[in-house]
Amino acid sequence: MSNYVINHLKELESEAIFVIREIAAQFENPVLLFSGGKDSILLTHLAKKAFFPAKIPFPLIHIDTGHNFPETIAFRDALVEKLGVKLIVGSVQEAIDNGRAKEETGADASRNSLQIVSLLDTLEAYKVDAAMGGARRDEEKARAKERFFSHRDEFGQWDPKNQRPELWNLFNGRKNYGEHFRVFPISNWTEMDVWEYIKLENIDLPSLYFSHQRDCVVRDGVILANSEFIKLKENEEVVNMTIRYRTCGDMPITGAVESEADNLDKIIEEIATTRTTERGGRADDKRAETAMEDRKKQGYF
Amino acid sequence: MDYQDIELLRFTTAGSVDDGKSTLIGRLLYDSKSIFQDQLDAVEESSKSKGFDYVDLSLLTDGLKSEREQGITIDVAYRYFATPKRKFIIADTPGHIQYTRNMVTGASTANLAIILIDARKGMLEQTHRHAFIASLLRIPHAIVCVNKMDLVDYSEEIYNNIVSDFKAFSSKLGINDIQFIPISALNGDNVVNRSEKMDWYGGSTLMYHLETVHISSDHNLVDCRFPIQSVIRPHTLENQDYRGFAGRIDGGVFKPGDKVKSLPSGFVSTIKTIELNGEQISEAFAPMSVTMTLEDEIDNSRGDMIVRENNVPEIGQDLEVLVTWMSTTPIHARTKVVIKHTTNESIGMVKELKYKIDINTLHRIENIDKVEMNEIARLSIRTAKPMFYDAYKKNRQTGSVIIIDEQTNETIGAGMII
Repeated sequence: MSNYVINHLKELESEAIFVIREIAAQFENPVLLFSGGKDSILLTHLAKKAFFPAKIPFPLIHIDTGHNFPETIAFRDALVEKLGVKLIVGSVQEAIDNGRAKEETGADASRNSLQIVSLLDTLEAYKVDAAMGGARRDEEKARAKERFFSHRDEFGQWDPKNQRPELWNLFNGRKNYGEHFRVFPISNWTEMDVWEYIKLENIDLPSLYFSHQRDCVVRDGVILANSEFIKLKENEEVVNMTIRYRTCGDMPITGAVESEADNLDKIIEEIATTRTTERGGRADDKRAETAMEDRKKQGYF
Repeated sequence: MDYQDIELLRFTTAGSVDDGKSTLIGRLLYDSKSIFQDQLDAVEESSKSKGFDYVDLSLLTDGLKSEREQGITIDVAYRYFATPKRKFIIADTPGHIQYTRNMVTGASTANLAIILIDARKGMLEQTHRHAFIASLLRIPHAIVCVNKMDLVDYSEEIYNNIVSDFKAFSSKLGINDIQFIPISALNGDNVVNRSEKMDWYGGSTLMYHLETVHISSDHNLVDCRFPIQSVIRPHTLENQDYRGFAGRIDGGVFKPGDKVKSLPSGFVSTIKTIELNGEQISEAFAPMSVTMTLEDEIDNSRGDMIVRENNVPEIGQDLEVLVTWMSTTPIHARTKVVIKHTTNESIGMVKELKYKIDINTLHRIENIDKVEMNEIARLSIRTAKPMFYDAYKKNRQTGSVIIIDEQTNETIGAGMII
């Protein structure tokens, strides 16, 4: 007699596919928010598995800050082509040009919080009622309490005081007109789970995640890629370093780690022994103790 | 280390502010090396600035705590850690009476419950509550940790008294698997490492229990239940006639070639394939997500259920449920609600409020005219269409419902079918 047990990666996969299928079934206009990072690539892979042999029955939305790594954009376009899925791009540059968003100034200026405007505008323009994303509860303390199905009011805001209880595998996606949901199918995955699953399933990733040589600037202990989007401060110098990325946000705010890990086995080994959190290099989280919580309330991912 | 082939254990911890729950969670995370240096640095810094002599591990869950102090949110927080043997998901819930709904939420997906008792205080009202909720939600395993043993001189007598008190109470509850462990979360005794101060305790550590408790039979492997989430029709030239039923197995073991029955239509067919992403699966069981194709063209849709021909669930419109009420608006008889069960949904009417259960004494309170938030009551509900269900004690997935307010769309109740 066989042992009727599935391992933890298969259980997480099964849970995520169940949630993705619920989204497709319960909403009229769902989308997948695609950042080009490993978590949204994983989510796209799971969505493909959920509906095979049919194509993914909803479009991907990418909020382009204009500060993306070129590798991310190239990867995105190739993936969309391969899957035959529709891509919608929301542009932060456009929001700045037409006055909907105001560019930050100063050496630490970033377009991270400007994404909120473009995201909400794009969701509204396409009448999106459920936007799924690759956020995970282990990433950050405000996310530790996020539901799978996270209700947003008509202004796109998250109200942590008034979340719907979520029991068993019964997800309540009912809503009033104008409201929408954010849904997080990989809520229960950790960074290690993501990497192990990527290896197990042989999922392609942008080259940024693997060790490479790059011109960098070290600012407040964070290794940033030197690019046209970053203004050097006094006493800062550009150094060529051997690095890789653990997360992929905008070029001016995503911190790299010094690493020789150039394949998945080495990355998993590195993560198993690493002693800092994944978002430890994210300048956007360092702005305040509750930076993530504050942005989430406004409609950030 | 073969990291990829480990099981997932979901457990819930219930406790109040002072019984050392945060310290215990911090200890598990710390001793299993699941805490990162930047998190630990922050905790050390914070302990120092508060003038503590030791690193206060409860500060690791501080995100929650400060919010509690500010009164922002009191909620279930999920935490994660792994050892070479297992991966763990903790549903961390506050344990006061007004948080019954959170405890129920955390318990609904748990394989195991950790019930904490302060050795100095023994069984309290809230211990009864935690044990009752664990049994009500049919959590298959419970571990009772008698904590703060360091503050009672590691006394075997005190421990034994608490164990027999607990057993006297829990014999009424029907939790099958209960383990007792004397611990000090603060000093780490019997949490991950064996205590040197309690030679009289011959059992294993908390971590050893968590890593080895047998969970593979927690799912129902007998009664085949496959609620359909959606129908996959690719509409492509190469897959013109493909018609797959997508869903997650809620019970039993399905194999290609099995004779199955579709509900509510009653049509009988044979499983042609069970697959995921084009890969064939020879045996599918809970909690696997799969796509099933049948030999005959049957017009199934979302909310239908595929079962074995000779083993069908209850089919009917009258549900008897034990409900935890989750809304600030009380429920009365004759209220119209929406009932969500597996992938099925129906309008329903609360026909009768039968009794409430005092969760501290387990006594029934009859002749009630309303049920308020955090109360547990038995209701009779009539649905507008037939549902296919099992008793909750037979299957936690096909035996549970949520109750939704038709006007606000909020989830207002969690029900277990009797």
